[in-house]
Amino acid sequence: MNFDAALVWSLMPEILRSAGVTLGVWLFGVLGAVALGFVVTIGRRYGPRALGIALQAYLELIRGTPFLIQLFLLYYGGPFIGLSLDPVPAGLLGLAVYGAAYFSEIFRAGFEAVPPGHVEAAECLGMNRAQTVTRILIPEMTMLVLPPAVNMAIILLKETAVLSIITVPELTFQISAIGSQRYAFVEAMFLLACFYWGLVSMCGRLGMAAESRLAKFRFAHS
Amino acid sequence: MSWKLFLLLVQACGYTVLISAVSISIGLVIGTGVSAAMLSSHKALSRAGRTFVSFFRGAPLLVQLLLIYNLLPTLGINVPSMVAAVVGLSLCTAAYQAENLRGGFASVPRGLLEAAEMVGLSPFQQFWRIRAPIALRMTLPALINEAIMILKASSLVSVVGVVELTRMAQDLAASTFKPLQLFAAAGLIYLVVNLLVARGGAALEKSFRWGKP
Repeated sequence: MNFDAALVWSLMPEILRSAGVTLGVWLFGVLGAVALGFVVTIGRRYGPRALGIALQAYLELIRGTPFLIQLFLLYYGGPFIGLSLDPVPAGLLGLAVYGAAYFSEIFRAGFEAVPPGHVEAAECLGMNRAQTVTRILIPEMTMLVLPPAVNMAIILLKETAVLSIITVPELTFQISAIGSQRYAFVEAMFLLACFYWGLVSMCGRLGMAAESRLAKFRFAHS
Repeated sequence: MSWKLFLLLVQACGYTVLISAVSISIGLVIGTGVSAAMLSSHKALSRAGRTFVSFFRGAPLLVQLLLIYNLLPTLGINVPSMVAAVVGLSLCTAAYQAENLRGGFASVPRGLLEAAEMVGLSPFQQFWRIRAPIALRMTLPALINEAIMILKASSLVSVVGVVELTRMAQDLAASTFKPLQLFAAAGLIYLVVNLLVARGGAALEKSFRWGKP
């Protein structure tokens, strides 16, 4: 094991920059995925039938194929249909489209888990449909979907490593490049794995803390 | 895209299915051991089990694969990349399966175990005839889900040079300049295989339904 602290220190700016790329791609990828996933859920729930069928097909396609294949299709196949993207935008788009399918299923389950009695009560109180959705369904659903949504965000954090394959200059890409240049690939990969491990564990803890803080907003199940 | 290319993809898919099936099976064995360790009253053992699960679920599979692929030769173990890939996938799926099985083993009704003890089954018999079958039946849906996850995740072993479906599509796309058709075809093959596994799993669940507690 040749671990040279001075060397690691001298490479720090590069490592930090790529860590920034990982975090940035993850953050914006998750935001995009949540937004897109929500739109898909709403489209399936309230949209016309044809749209529902099309969205269902999208979900099946995304959830039935590997993320890597989707990325290759987007990044290498895209230019043939006039969609030439640089690695980072391609990675972001890929992550958002991929994550949206899973988030959409989480949201759908959340909507379905809201007790029908609450919706009926809202109707009895004279709320219109928009009010029922924004005041009853969405707040209650948010509480229900928090644990699986945090879980999915963590899965997407791990998936950002796959973006290195389409040359997004994120952490895995940079660290493996450094590792092979310096003939310390195993050490570099081990540290990288530990870094992700720490980050993922931390996010899991934060998610649980958020859940327990928000628990008071939870309605009683009956 | 010609039939010849498509047939090459289907052939390569055989490796995808083989690697996934072997990894799932090895993962089930390791996962059972790890879940037993997690549930054991021995403190160090259960901590080791939990750390194993936490690490392999916490680090990206791609990084694990790169690590194992490069670590084995450093340790003086020279194996084909296919074996390294199976080792990586097995360890990863073992962690997920251990977590599922832990839930399954924990949900075996106490009364059944007491009854087993009463009729004089040895601990070994209790495990194989009472605990394991019930836990397996409880976790079957999760196991099928995991099988589908691994089928998809096996696309990552293309990175360590195993010519399975994804790598074959990549190589053919590079030589024919038809990435759109080849990756779409590869995706379609994955989709079909996954649908078949899901179907088979549903049928299996149905046949397992007898005597559900």
